[in-house]
Amino acid sequence: MNQHPMPEFGSFSLLIALMLSAYTLLAGGFSLWRSHHQFAGTAALAQSSRLQETARRAGICTFLAVSCAAFALVYAAFTNDYSLSYILHHTNRELPTAYKFSALWSGQEGSLLLWSWLLATYGFVLRVRHKVDVRLSAYASTILSSVQVFFLLLLVFAAPPFALEPGPLAANGFGLNPLLQYPEMVIHPPMLYLGYVGFSVPFAFALGALMMRYPGEKWIAITRRWTMVTWMFLTGGIFLGAHWAYSVLGWGGYWGWDPVENASLMPWLTGTAFLHSVMMQEKRGMMKSWNVWLIFTTFLLTLLGTLLTRAGLVSSVHAFASSDIGNWFVGFMALILAVCLFTFFKQRDHLATENRLESVVSRESSFLFNNLVLLAACFVVLWGTLFPVLSEYIDGTKTTVGAPFYNRVNIPIGLFLLMLTGIGPLLAWRATSLRSIRRNFILPGIAFAFSAAGLMIAGVRPWAAGDTWQSSFFSLLAFSLAAGVTTAIFAEFLRGANVVRTQTGANLLVATGILMRRNTRRYGGYLVHFGVVVMFIGIAGGAFNQSHEQEMGFNDAMNIGPYHLVCQSYTQDSNANYDTDFALLDVTKHGKHVTQLAPEKRFYHASETSSTMVALHSTPLGDLYVIFEGRNPDTNRPIIKAFLNPLISWIWVGVLIVIAGTLFALAPSVAARRRESLAAAAIPAHAEVQHV
Amino acid sequence: MFDRMARRWLGSALVCLLAVVMLGADGSSDPGARFGRIGHNMMCVCSCGQVLLECNHVGCPDSARMINELQAQLAGPNGTGADSLILNWFVNKYGASVLAAPIRGGFDNVAWIVPIAIFLLGTVGTALLVRLWTQKQSLALAHGPHTDAHSSNSPRADALRDRIRRETEY
Repeated sequence: MNQHPMPEFGSFSLLIALMLSAYTLLAGGFSLWRSHHQFAGTAALAQSSRLQETARRAGICTFLAVSCAAFALVYAAFTNDYSLSYILHHTNRELPTAYKFSALWSGQEGSLLLWSWLLATYGFVLRVRHKVDVRLSAYASTILSSVQVFFLLLLVFAAPPFALEPGPLAANGFGLNPLLQYPEMVIHPPMLYLGYVGFSVPFAFALGALMMRYPGEKWIAITRRWTMVTWMFLTGGIFLGAHWAYSVLGWGGYWGWDPVENASLMPWLTGTAFLHSVMMQEKRGMMKSWNVWLIFTTFLLTLLGTLLTRAGLVSSVHAFASSDIGNWFVGFMALILAVCLFTFFKQRDHLATENRLESVVSRESSFLFNNLVLLAACFVVLWGTLFPVLSEYIDGTKTTVGAPFYNRVNIPIGLFLLMLTGIGPLLAWRATSLRSIRRNFILPGIAFAFSAAGLMIAGVRPWAAGDTWQSSFFSLLAFSLAAGVTTAIFAEFLRGANVVRTQTGANLLVATGILMRRNTRRYGGYLVHFGVVVMFIGIAGGAFNQSHEQEMGFNDAMNIGPYHLVCQSYTQDSNANYDTDFALLDVTKHGKHVTQLAPEKRFYHASETSSTMVALHSTPLGDLYVIFEGRNPDTNRPIIKAFLNPLISWIWVGVLIVIAGTLFALAPSVAARRRESLAAAAIPAHAEVQHV
Repeated sequence: MFDRMARRWLGSALVCLLAVVMLGADGSSDPGARFGRIGHNMMCVCSCGQVLLECNHVGCPDSARMINELQAQLAGPNGTGADSLILNWFVNKYGASVLAAPIRGGFDNVAWIVPIAIFLLGTVGTALLVRLWTQKQSLALAHGPHTDAHSSNSPRADALRDRIRRETEY
């Protein structure tokens, strides 16, 4: 018997969870099938309903069982239980507490357990809130349990996190990958997984609604918050990852178009398309088949991302583990696709559109083009990720598809999307009159033209940029479009606030607050769009990046942009976890002291690997980003590389605005709250009638 | 009146834009920028998956040598020719995977053509779809039955009110 009880406890919890979720699937599925084929009011129907309730409770208990398994793994990490192979390979005694916690998702088995636990958590919330719509929730719960069964099967048979290490018990572990020993790594993977896994819920509701031929569009209202919360987590997760790459990897950039990064971007793009096009279904009863397939695709892309990175199909610097679980994913994806196709063709008459497009110049057509652009971007990412595999199969040579390809193809698509961000909200539903177009577009048009002219006067001239004319042109276009779109957004706020001010007599600021609370969804959406504009400004700043590399001894100086760096000292240090080699650099700007930077290179004892610690001086206008590249073996003096990255902090601020806008859009508006309270007042009478 | 003013503004803006466009066009290319451009079109072959000039691994066995080779190529006879000459030199030495993007011609062209073709097809398809839908809608309006919602309390009027509320809410 092992002196640590956690491996047995964890394995047992996973087995119990598997049995419970299998019961949820089978009992839930059987009861739904029976109720579908029985006449209402019969005893069999009541029996089905009871069976369904047991399935729901089993689903809730699955959450408890998976939580126990996750707790067992974290506990084993904290108690240094090296009898577990996973703990041995991903932790060591000297690892700080927060990173021991993050050991849960640092390897394949642990990240699958995290995935399973988050899925069980979402399932728990869905099943507890089943009264929103009992029957639709039952369908969604059953579909969700099928995904849960798949992940638990993987954990029990293919990638067990509680596998024991053969041989004598090791005194210390091999340590956590140094790249993961960074504060953001404690929150980035869970947030990304919350986004990935979360798309299972709208997928389950969409498939369930299609299976049961759910009348009307209420399922969209039910899943709207799920989708938005999931999208927000995925957005936060992606950009935390980008910020981590920027701060840790030390190459001066934040996005390298690596397959793992691409895998997270693809469902984000289709999810964003879904969030827009679903409004057409909600308001006009259009695009029903399209929306169903968008959410199916989004869910399948989350699985494809895992397949791409875990099965070793494409190589990635982020693929911290790869194994043969790819076959499991291929099988599961094929099964899901077959179920989706079968359900769609069986029920497609239920998805007939209620309205047609009335005008080319309308909000509906802008959504169509928005979807086209987002899906084109998604296709480019998927195509670029898979092209090396395809070229090896056809040509015999594994072609590299890196950043130059994605930047060249996706930047124009992104700029088109930025333009639509400004145009779309200004168009009315159904049809937009010429007068309205003129009224709404004149100010943004002027802002676009003036900013373009201003930038050219300031020196952004693609025709004079020589070899870099493309990036100069795209940045000019991005800044000008950003000015136009920002003007369009603020003009919308101003127009609405002026109406409220006339009605209430409040000042402009208070009137804007009232306006936003009246329609949180609309103005939250505008805030999200503004956040996207701010992000684009930050991305466009990349066209003016500078870098300089130099060997620096005592009192040696380096100039980059307006900054003057002087090396004050360079030395070594050591602690229980790592040895460090660092330089102290005084930074001045126009003769004034700005800051002192200490770029580091660390060598981790347990894993015997090195890692860069970037020294950063960030301002709204740009970042001074300094790395310690190593020492010259001949002179033993440090080699310092400095980057000047203009406007990069705008990207992180933009993400915060996007998240704030999403949270604001999630809050109920005054009108919705009024409707809800009216409905609540009507419920007692209605419930009484039902009870009688 | 408003139209005339807008046209005047637009005309002035265009004149300003053209004046600025005419300023200082020289189009020169400096060797530092060329080194950066070619270096960013190649991958480091140490399996780190990073672009050559961005590979910063401690003790990377390849990047320093490759950067020196790039500088030598720029200074040598290939330096006066097109970028492709230098890139081909690297492909011959390290294989096709040294290129950061598919630019060798042949099947590599498919990588560039397919996304553009899909985007164009999608755009044309969406435009056709929009046109088809708007035509069908105008036909339906021309031949469809006239709605009769005389009574403001009729279910039809209620449904209409509900629809208007939905469609003007956000």
